[in-house]
Amino acid sequence: MSGELALFYLFGGAAVVASLLVIGQRNPIYSVLLLIASFGALAGLYVLLDAPFMAVTQIIVYAGAIMVLFLFVVMLLNVPAEAPIDHVELHEPQGARWLGGVLAVALLVELGWALWRVVGVDDGRPVADAGQLASVLEIGRVLFQEYAFAFEVTSILIIVAMVGAVLLTRRDSGAGS
Amino acid sequence: MATLDHYLLLSAVLFTIGTAGVFLRRNLITILLAIEIMLNAVNLTFIAYGRFLGAVDGQIIVFFVMTVAAAEAAVGLAIVIAMFRHRGSLNPEAFRTLKG
Amino acid sequence: MTGDSSMLLWIPLLPFLGFLVNAALGRRLSRGASGGVACTAILASFAVSATVSWPFLFGAPAGAVDQRLYTWIQVGDFVATFALRVDALTALMILIVTGIGSLIHIYSTAYMHEERESEYARYFSYLNLFAAFMLLLVLGANFLMMFVGWEGVGLCSYLLIGFWYTKPAASNAGKKAFIVNRIGDVGFILGVLLAFRHFGTIDFQEIAAALGPVAPDSQFGVVSLIALLLFVGATGKSAQIPLYVWLPDAMEGPTPVSALIHAATMVTAGVYLIGRNAVLFSHAPDVLVIVALVGTATALMAGTIGLVQHDIKRVLAYSTVSQLGYMFLAMGVGAFGAGIFHLYTHAFFKALLFLGSGAVIHALGGEQDMRRMGGLKHALPVTYWTFLVGALAIAGVPLLSGFFSKDEILFRAFQSGHTWLWTVGVLTSLLTATYMFRVVFLTFHGTSRAGTPAAPDVLVADGAHGPSHAGAGHAHLHDAPPAMALALLVLAVGSVAAGYVGVPHALGGDNRIEAYLAPAFGAGSSEADGVEAGTPETPGEAADEHGATLELGLMGVSVLAALGGIGLAAFFFLTRREAAARAAARFAGLHRILLNKYYVDELYDTAVVTPLVAVSRHALWRGVDAGFIDGSVNGVGTIVRQGAAALRQVQTGSVRAYAAGLLLGAVMILGYYLWR
Repeated sequence: MSGELALFYLFGGAAVVASLLVIGQRNPIYSVLLLIASFGALAGLYVLLDAPFMAVTQIIVYAGAIMVLFLFVVMLLNVPAEAPIDHVELHEPQGARWLGGVLAVALLVELGWALWRVVGVDDGRPVADAGQLASVLEIGRVLFQEYAFAFEVTSILIIVAMVGAVLLTRRDSGAGS
Repeated sequence: MATLDHYLLLSAVLFTIGTAGVFLRRNLITILLAIEIMLNAVNLTFIAYGRFLGAVDGQIIVFFVMTVAAAEAAVGLAIVIAMFRHRGSLNPEAFRTLKG
Repeated sequence: MTGDSSMLLWIPLLPFLGFLVNAALGRRLSRGASGGVACTAILASFAVSATVSWPFLFGAPAGAVDQRLYTWIQVGDFVATFALRVDALTALMILIVTGIGSLIHIYSTAYMHEERESEYARYFSYLNLFAAFMLLLVLGANFLMMFVGWEGVGLCSYLLIGFWYTKPAASNAGKKAFIVNRIGDVGFILGVLLAFRHFGTIDFQEIAAALGPVAPDSQFGVVSLIALLLFVGATGKSAQIPLYVWLPDAMEGPTPVSALIHAATMVTAGVYLIGRNAVLFSHAPDVLVIVALVGTATALMAGTIGLVQHDIKRVLAYSTVSQLGYMFLAMGVGAFGAGIFHLYTHAFFKALLFLGSGAVIHALGGEQDMRRMGGLKHALPVTYWTFLVGALAIAGVPLLSGFFSKDEILFRAFQSGHTWLWTVGVLTSLLTATYMFRVVFLTFHGTSRAGTPAAPDVLVADGAHGPSHAGAGHAHLHDAPPAMALALLVLAVGSVAAGYVGVPHALGGDNRIEAYLAPAFGAGSSEADGVEAGTPETPGEAADEHGATLELGLMGVSVLAALGGIGLAAFFFLTRREAAARAAARFAGLHRILLNKYYVDELYDTAVVTPLVAVSRHALWRGVDAGFIDGSVNGVGTIVRQGAAALRQVQTGSVRAYAAGLLLGAVMILGYYLWR
């Protein structure tokens, strides 16, 4: 087995296990931390795919910013560990949960099946001149030339999100909600 | 050599895990985390395809996905906080006042 | 004379304009103004009619004057033009309608003077509208134009009968008239449609021309069917059996209305219809027999009923029905000219009798029951003498108009070979004289019985003197005011003189009216030989010495009948009143049947009206309308509501359930594409 494949299995496995644990175990703090681990594994996979810039961005933005935000919120709300499954509160309908779970598995099956049927784009050999691909210069050039409009719109999106977040969490100071 | 199919299958597995998480967890924040897992799975797909098609566009799209995910997480958490203040619970089943 | 004229339109248009003025402005006009507008309109129309008729009356009666206005309907092969036409027959009719109409308008200005101004204007607007439609009926050059007028007069009849609509009897009578007329109209419409299908046209001249070369029906064919259907319409409008029942009830309307519509003009529309389509009817001998039979039977039946009625207007109503029967008898034996002649003289004396009775009712403050009249001979001289003239005319006393016209009919009936018809006609003549003079004697002679307590079957008083004059108590016992007296006098003169246009050959005259009307009844192609099969007979040539003696003999019989009738009436109602009461008691059963009009109304009610109302109420209203239609409409709403209630279950309020739905959809779509 080549080194690359081994690394793939390593990082892939780590990501899968971490994700499973994220949704499997009950303490929300652990969930957040496990997700950070999963992101790290994914960053490794990005590097294997000759996208180091994205790998770094993943760590900085996702693991560094978003997850920290989640952590803050979890601590702010003092979220308790989720009650075990047999303590069902509020007489909630269980149908949606289990249907969703089953459907998720079905989705996996379908996706696998789709992969089985699809003719390979190429025989899987990586393209030469990968270095060109990975260069930040190249990314920057394409980003600011072809996708310039999307870039600007995204900045507006971020402003909107920021304002929205502030507004939504503002406490009523007695002047109506 | 890890082929494209490997990466795609891995992505599918991660996506499914995220989907299952949305339905099976009873905590709003954990649901948001599961959504993040799904987004990451998609990111992996894009970068894999970008690599094997020889274009840099895959990475560009991931760039945008990340940005949007960040915005979405921020707003989503803000909503969760507002709802928690309203109901005192983070169980999605506690918010059923739109029942027809 | 033949040609085109642009004056014809003014004849119906002038009264129509009068209607518009009174309808729009009536509330603000004084009585004098309303009446003035209406009378001016009809008098102007009379002037135009006279101008248009002049060439026919004093020149050549042959030919016709047209006025084609525009093509009204054009669908496929069917073309209907708005066209008016005057020929000899129409010329006579428009003079009758506008002439007698004018007199009645003038009379009404005095008779209706107690009405409020708005009601006064409404009355005159309706009266003008009626005149407009009646003129349109007689001026129409094709069936459709005639039908417009036909329906229009029916409408005005309804409006005028029910003029005092707050009185239930009046509004019911109006409805009855309209509905019964409608039943006849079904026959009319079917006849017109069939005529179009058979001839391809609905123009009178074209139909007559098409029939010229054709032989009459030897058995009951299409032409006969058309004629029969048209006759059904005529029985409705002209109150013959079986559709006469509306006319006596129509007496609820003001008396001038009864005079104009139900004596002189509207009810004669059926007779005019047959006259206008003389060629058609001549080609349907079977139908002519039916017409004669129905006419005769109606004449006799109405005469017997009129003999015992207590309401003066009811007697006159049944008398009208009876006289109309005579006219149909004439048409039925092919004597179209004689029928129209009687129409013409009848218009004078019947209008006179009605207006006279109106004067009596007016003077007595609304009393209509003859058992409470009497002794008015000296109090109302003008009314009495003119009424007497009218009564003599209708009885058929020689030298007055009725004598000439009625006699002509009876003579032609005898000549046609249907002796039975002649016998019944003479018998009815006797009855006519009797019941008419019964009225004269009871109303004007003897001592006054006003103030007698009301009998159990008393009739409600004439509404013109309604709430403000309570019954027989209040009487302004003066003779007719000038407006009314003028009308009475002119009509009296007419009742005497009108007959002289038709003095028969046997008495040395030359029967001018018959000759005058003959071209109107013939087809265009058969002018050369007037006695060809299928053309109506012209009796002038048929009279020879044999004929003259026969005619004089028959004349003598009918004069005897008339005088005999007067004598009978004098005996029972002038000299020996008790004899009448004793006879009534002896034949109580028969008397009751006659008094109740042979229970025909009750029969119709049970056989037709009640079942229809029951079907309408239970099947159509409850079943179809409320149950089915409302049910369907409401059902749609219910289904929507219940469907929505079912669908609403999907909205559980749980976001996760919605997400599950999304995922389900995605999985399914993906699966579908994978499957393919």
